[in-house]
Amino acid sequence: MAEPALSIRGLTKVYGNGFHALKGIDLDVPEGDFFALLGPNGAGKSTTLGIVCSLVQKTAGKVSIYGIDIDRDFAKAKYQMGVVPQEFNFSQFEKVEDIILAQAGYYGMSLREAKPRCDRLLEDLGLWDKRNGPARMLSGGMKRRLMIARALIHRPRLLILDEPTAGVDIELRRSMWQYMRRINREEGTTIILTTHYLEEAESLCRNIAIINNGEIVKNTSVRDLLTELDTETFLLDLARPVDAAPALEGFEVERVEASQLSLGLRKGQRLNDAFAQLSAQGIEIVSMRNRANRLEELFVSMVENDNAASRPAKLADEEVAK
Amino acid sequence: MNPRQILVSLWTLVVKEVRRFTRIWPQTLLPPSITMTMYFIIFGNLIGSRIGEMDGFSYMAYIVPGLIMMSVITNSYSNVASSFFSNKFQRSVEEMMVSPMPNWVILAGFVLGGMARGLGVGLIVTVVSFFFTDLSIHHPLVMLGVVIMTAALFSIGGFVNALLAHKFDDISIVPIFVLTPLTYLGGVFYSIDMLPEFWQGVSMINPILYMVNAFRYGILGVSDIPVAGALVAIAVFIAAFFALALWMLERGKGIRS
Repeated sequence: MAEPALSIRGLTKVYGNGFHALKGIDLDVPEGDFFALLGPNGAGKSTTLGIVCSLVQKTAGKVSIYGIDIDRDFAKAKYQMGVVPQEFNFSQFEKVEDIILAQAGYYGMSLREAKPRCDRLLEDLGLWDKRNGPARMLSGGMKRRLMIARALIHRPRLLILDEPTAGVDIELRRSMWQYMRRINREEGTTIILTTHYLEEAESLCRNIAIINNGEIVKNTSVRDLLTELDTETFLLDLARPVDAAPALEGFEVERVEASQLSLGLRKGQRLNDAFAQLSAQGIEIVSMRNRANRLEELFVSMVENDNAASRPAKLADEEVAK
Repeated sequence: MNPRQILVSLWTLVVKEVRRFTRIWPQTLLPPSITMTMYFIIFGNLIGSRIGEMDGFSYMAYIVPGLIMMSVITNSYSNVASSFFSNKFQRSVEEMMVSPMPNWVILAGFVLGGMARGLGVGLIVTVVSFFFTDLSIHHPLVMLGVVIMTAALFSIGGFVNALLAHKFDDISIVPIFVLTPLTYLGGVFYSIDMLPEFWQGVSMINPILYMVNAFRYGILGVSDIPVAGALVAIAVFIAAFFALALWMLERGKGIRS
């Protein structure tokens, strides 16, 4: 059986101030996967990825990249991966092309070997015209793409993206998705991403892990995860305003505004039944959309349940401390 | 990494460092040249002519080696301190940390970059000094050995400072409050024979005195201290500071959480 691209066992991180960022997590990311690591702020996503790429020191546990234990041969493991961090981490004064070529040099690639690859990445990521300008002159989206080009210069088998599309406009975000899909599909690059845009995870990723309070609370395929969704909420735009929410038998309906209703649809219920009842009451629907992304609803409910479950334990700890 | 890859990564880092200080030459190369020209005009020409000879040389000839050394020390130190701290500040140090480059290569790359600036400025100051005095070099190997080792030592010092620094103020404290006084009191402008016996003793614990005098010996052939001992001491300091800097880097001091 092929070694997983990333294998994590019992990974623990306790920061100097005593904060337990990771509480012994286990995680496997298969080769060729497009994998999302989701979680609220402070859940432990960036700490996990920081340990994998050596920016954070682990307290305990094992991490292997394509079967290479980072404690045994971190240099060899580092060759396998490229990292796109959450925050810009390049010199703002250097030329765009120099930043990418310097990174190639750090991986031991000669200029002759790196230059054609760099040119290709600059073109693919729409940075060709900016290659001779200082990085500080780039827009936020271009800076993100520069970090992707830099991470890919040494042809890594595993690409780690920590919130790659944060602050990027929709058009650019979609073109970045397209590019990531392409390198995953055509070049077989395994991609792990953390994101706050759950639509992004649903659209791009095959597998997903949800981390909360330093623990993995779910690790499954996106498809399986979505089957767990009990309720979806739709927003219905009406042809004419209504004074109050109509009563529909078996459905939860709320009036969002005069010309908009929200409709809760549980597993097994059919939209047609709701529409029939609305038509019978003379309410005409013009258009309809999901109120929130489906994954987002599931994510919110999971994190809330997990927080609720851990709360009594925390309170009990505090009682003991008193 | 194989030896060829290590060499490529080291070369990349050194070129990047050299490019950095040459790109901003009005901040890095020009000011020391102007300052040292002022020293030559004011101390060497105007005041020096009234002081007369020192250790058998004109005052101008006597202070030239010390002023060259002063430029090398300050520039080597501040180049690495500001460059590495700025890498920390802009987080571009992460580019190196995620790469397979060994820590000793990162350290060596910055140190060689610092040495390049220190020695470059030293060379500029030397060329400027030719307009004011004739220098004949007595022991070229000693001169080169001392200046290269001094540049290496203070580059490593700048690296340690940058690792420990949390804000930009932290990288200017040592040059202002430690290096400048020690250099001024290290026999740049006078021979320690002129000092009362007590202050001569105090001066002997100033490491910069040994470097300045060893360098002066290389150029003029005169020194207040035993030169061989000075060379050994500098070499020991280089080894100790390099080991300390590498240990800090391995432990992730100041760069890894």
